[in-house]
Amino acid sequence: MTPLTTPMPPGLPRIPIGEVVADGITWVKQNLEALLDGLTAMLSFLVELFTDLLLAPPMLLGIALFTLLALLVRSWGFAVFALVGTLLIASMELWEPAMQTLGLVLVATLAAIVVAIPIGILAARSDTVSTIVKPVLDFMQTMPAFVYLVPVVIFFSIGVVPGVFATVVFALPPGVRLTELGIRQVDKETVEAGEAFGGTPGQILRGIQLPLGLPTIMAGVNQVIMLALSMAVIAGLVGAGGLGQLVVTSISRIDVALGFEAGLAVVILAIYLDRITGAIGQPTGRSLGAVLRRRRAETASRQPAAATAGSTTT
Amino acid sequence: MPAIEASGLTKIFGRRPKRGVRMLREGAEVADLRREGLTPAVIEATFDVAPGEIFVVMGLSGSGKSTLIRMVNGLLEPTDGTIKLDGQDITHLSKAGLRELRRSKVSMVFQHFALLPHRTVGENAAYALQLQGVSRDERERRAEEALAMVGLKGWGGSMPSELSGGMRQRVGLARALASGTEVMLMDEAFSALDPLIRKEMQDQLLELQAELDKTILFITHDLNEAMRLGDRIAMMRDGRIVQVGTAEEILNEPANNYVAQFVEGVDRSRVLSAGTVMEPPVAVVGRDAGPQAAHKLMREHQTSSLLVVTRERRVEGLVWEDDVAEAVRQGADRLPVSAEGVPRVTPDTPLAALFHHAAATRAPIAVVGENDRLEGVIPRVTLLSALSAPTGKDRPDGTDGTGGAGERPDATAAGETPLDPAGAR
Repeated sequence: MTPLTTPMPPGLPRIPIGEVVADGITWVKQNLEALLDGLTAMLSFLVELFTDLLLAPPMLLGIALFTLLALLVRSWGFAVFALVGTLLIASMELWEPAMQTLGLVLVATLAAIVVAIPIGILAARSDTVSTIVKPVLDFMQTMPAFVYLVPVVIFFSIGVVPGVFATVVFALPPGVRLTELGIRQVDKETVEAGEAFGGTPGQILRGIQLPLGLPTIMAGVNQVIMLALSMAVIAGLVGAGGLGQLVVTSISRIDVALGFEAGLAVVILAIYLDRITGAIGQPTGRSLGAVLRRRRAETASRQPAAATAGSTTT
Repeated sequence: MPAIEASGLTKIFGRRPKRGVRMLREGAEVADLRREGLTPAVIEATFDVAPGEIFVVMGLSGSGKSTLIRMVNGLLEPTDGTIKLDGQDITHLSKAGLRELRRSKVSMVFQHFALLPHRTVGENAAYALQLQGVSRDERERRAEEALAMVGLKGWGGSMPSELSGGMRQRVGLARALASGTEVMLMDEAFSALDPLIRKEMQDQLLELQAELDKTILFITHDLNEAMRLGDRIAMMRDGRIVQVGTAEEILNEPANNYVAQFVEGVDRSRVLSAGTVMEPPVAVVGRDAGPQAAHKLMREHQTSSLLVVTRERRVEGLVWEDDVAEAVRQGADRLPVSAEGVPRVTPDTPLAALFHHAAATRAPIAVVGENDRLEGVIPRVTLLSALSAPTGKDRPDGTDGTGGAGERPDATAAGETPLDPAGAR
């Protein structure tokens, strides 16, 4: 068997980057145990909470709720897709692992957003922060995902928490990048108007930059969710459970049928989450919510007209 | 006390801009600073704006006018010089101090309106008040008032996207009015509108101004707009103010070739008024004078007609040379006053409004002030010559050393250097 690494040319010192990082990881593990334990407790509590919530209603009621949500925020067509997709997951007997994966994705996404959006805001405000953050994000995005799993397992041992943690690290970058972009591309003159009328930075952020940057920021959230879902499957390797675990099992058993079914369930979840968050960022106007609002507005504008018409005839 | 007082105001973009100020003091040219990587956007601008005045800063793109206006409300900090509002030096105010100033003293109207697309027209108009923390009822009331002032009563519930460009800028204007500040900065406020709407907005601004008496600093690159709106105009070029004066002063006494060439194309008949072109009323004769005296006056002044005035210098009518000669021959003792009326106008009537008088009668036009008192006359020849620009005599260039003789003003119009703050940041 050929060696995996090439010998260095003579005279060049061996720089022990790998060892330094490994030592650093060990140091963190030994000295920040309280922090790691706290994180573990919090993350596993959240994942359990979300998974329990998702699994609390009976399967058919759960399917109905997914369909209703699709109808409320997007459209009839998408509601039909949601119904067929979730029924398919149920009929493949993958409902429980799918909900576990969804729970993990939701927690990881929330954590990623909570970290990413403030960093994105800071990067949009300060060129220095932006210059520092960019290479870090590049590193996080291009470092092979499996590499995260090793130190994460050292920190949190096997289970769902290292899965969540690795997923957060992997899914974070587009959240930061698109938040920064969203805020920076808000029309300069509009921001200037906020300043010219004496707005504080906070007022300008809340009243102008965030609302006008929202479509781009939501595109970032959408990307975070998609990456989280793809990572949640890889996290099956460290025992995160759910569909990822089934995929890993199918590889080790060379079970094509199980692997394909679990993969299909991931795809259905991915499409569902993508369309839902996409609709929140850019409303389609065909959702049940939008239709109801329009109808209310129409009746409201007709009523005063009818009232005046009535008063003139009497 | 002037409402706005700028003295030696300088803004230089680039690294360590203070050294640019020193270089300029030592006599360096703008090009020298450019070589050092510095961009002087405004150089030693000094002017006062009186309360209730519309002061127009006129210049082509890249002349530094946008930078200038942004120093007045502290959006940009001057590199050198001071700016005072109501006597208060705002040059070194803290961020909080500047915010307070912008809330209470200066509001702004933007070229591309800068409305918040996700809020209703009413909420946009109330935006400044919301930032100030005014209660909802109060700000809705004041926003509604401001919208009514600009002719948008009842539009408060619409979204900006449902409005035309002119209407959106009315919302921008209402937002500034609702804030209740004394000073309003208008940055190319009407430049993005098409010509008819622009004229309409100019009229509306003048109407509002007659009622509200705000202090307005108006930026434009359109000379006709400057002349229409401005009580006084500052002409800017390459960051320097080359002349400050009324429209008439700039038309008739351009400070240098640059200004002269700039104003060449202006429709003088709409800018000049009767008062500026009228001649002293020397060819007049008292009502009680005899034909002999009138005849003598005509010979002295080489004129074919005389205005007949009362002792209070009120215009009674006109006598023509032929009639006077006839009266002298017949030995009459009363002046043969012509039945033809003498057109009378006030000194601020624009020239454009005099032409139909000139076409209707051969008589000179009488310019009368208070109590119908005769102040001057405009013979038809004077009216025509007033329309030609004061060119021919080559004026010496201004002392600022910016404009070389014979240089066309549009050489800078291309704006090859990004002097606008948006480009420089």
